[in-house]
Amino acid sequence: MTTIFHFAVDFAQMCFALAMVCATIRLITGPSAQDRVLAFDSLYISGMLTLLMLGIRSGSTAYFDMALLIALFGFVGTMALAKFLLRGEVIEP
Amino acid sequence: MSDLPLWATLPATVLLVAGGLFALTGALGLLRLPDFFSRMHGPSMGNTIGCGCVLIASMLTASAVTGRLAIHEPLITLFIVVSSPVTSMLLMRAARYRDRARNAVRPGRAPESTDD
Amino acid sequence: MKRVPVVLTLTLIIIWLLLNGTASPGSILLGVILAVLLMLAASQFRPVRPRLRRLYLVVPLFFHVVVDVVRSNIGVARIVLGMVSRDQVRSGFLDVPLDLRDPHGLAILAAIITSTPGTAWADLSADGATLTLHVLDLKDEAEWIRIIKYRYESPLRRIFE
Repeated sequence: MTTIFHFAVDFAQMCFALAMVCATIRLITGPSAQDRVLAFDSLYISGMLTLLMLGIRSGSTAYFDMALLIALFGFVGTMALAKFLLRGEVIEP
Repeated sequence: MSDLPLWATLPATVLLVAGGLFALTGALGLLRLPDFFSRMHGPSMGNTIGCGCVLIASMLTASAVTGRLAIHEPLITLFIVVSSPVTSMLLMRAARYRDRARNAVRPGRAPESTDD
Repeated sequence: MKRVPVVLTLTLIIIWLLLNGTASPGSILLGVILAVLLMLAASQFRPVRPRLRRLYLVVPLFFHVVVDVVRSNIGVARIVLGMVSRDQVRSGFLDVPLDLRDPHGLAILAAIITSTPGTAWADLSADGATLTLHVLDLKDEAEWIRIIKYRYESPLRRIFE
């Protein structure tokens, strides 16, 4: 059973890495700016999930804190980019 | 994770495979769907079911490793649930605003995906 | 004199303890201090207080949402993987008449709609009477309106109004 579980962790990690590749392709080719922001959003969520996979693999909780930080900063970054697309500036007077 | 008990590994295996497949399908949707508003729906799959499956699996294995109930994983779930609607609504509004502005600048083009 | 938001303070303390992973007296004390300070800072931003009624309705609503999230994930996956032929899928905007006015209820409705793949919150009209959604598979408009109105909006109205 443990070998199957190892295989499942490998499989999921590969899936998230491929998802990051897809998001990167969209980030580079994306015709409009909002496509790129959406791709960035998807990219950091996949990266966070990959870190959680590493956490399961190693059994340490340090990866969990990193995942939480990626979620926090990714959210702030996407918010700032979307706000910029909407209003032309991030922090309004 | 040398030898985890069966009650943790069996559901965790199923959840990890399902979550990985759903997140990958969502990212493929980001690539394959035809226009921006359709592509919005792709990553939301990874946000909901991908994160949910992985976090439950992580809770199961962490509880099995430490021998007590791991309860801090729901924090990420809570944060994703609170933050992803904000991001998505703001992006949606930005996209509609930019579509409208572009159609106003170049009136010769047929208006696409605006309904007002 | 405003009432002290007890739930917010307790939630902040619990989050602090979960992040630290301990329940030692020192971290509890620091958590209480931080929570009270943040509560004082945040009370400026929250002029509207929720009035919760019939809280038992949260449980069936939660299970409805989980079932719908899984179901619509499978639906979107079928469209993405091409199991449904491309010319059958018609995506577009949909107007839903809305009776819910409470801002907290609207926030939860927005979270439900956005976290269900296949539907995304696009706009709310200025008077709050019309909600515009973007739907990936706009097969049956009346069915979507029925789902939003009866499955989500009516329990939210009974909880918040």
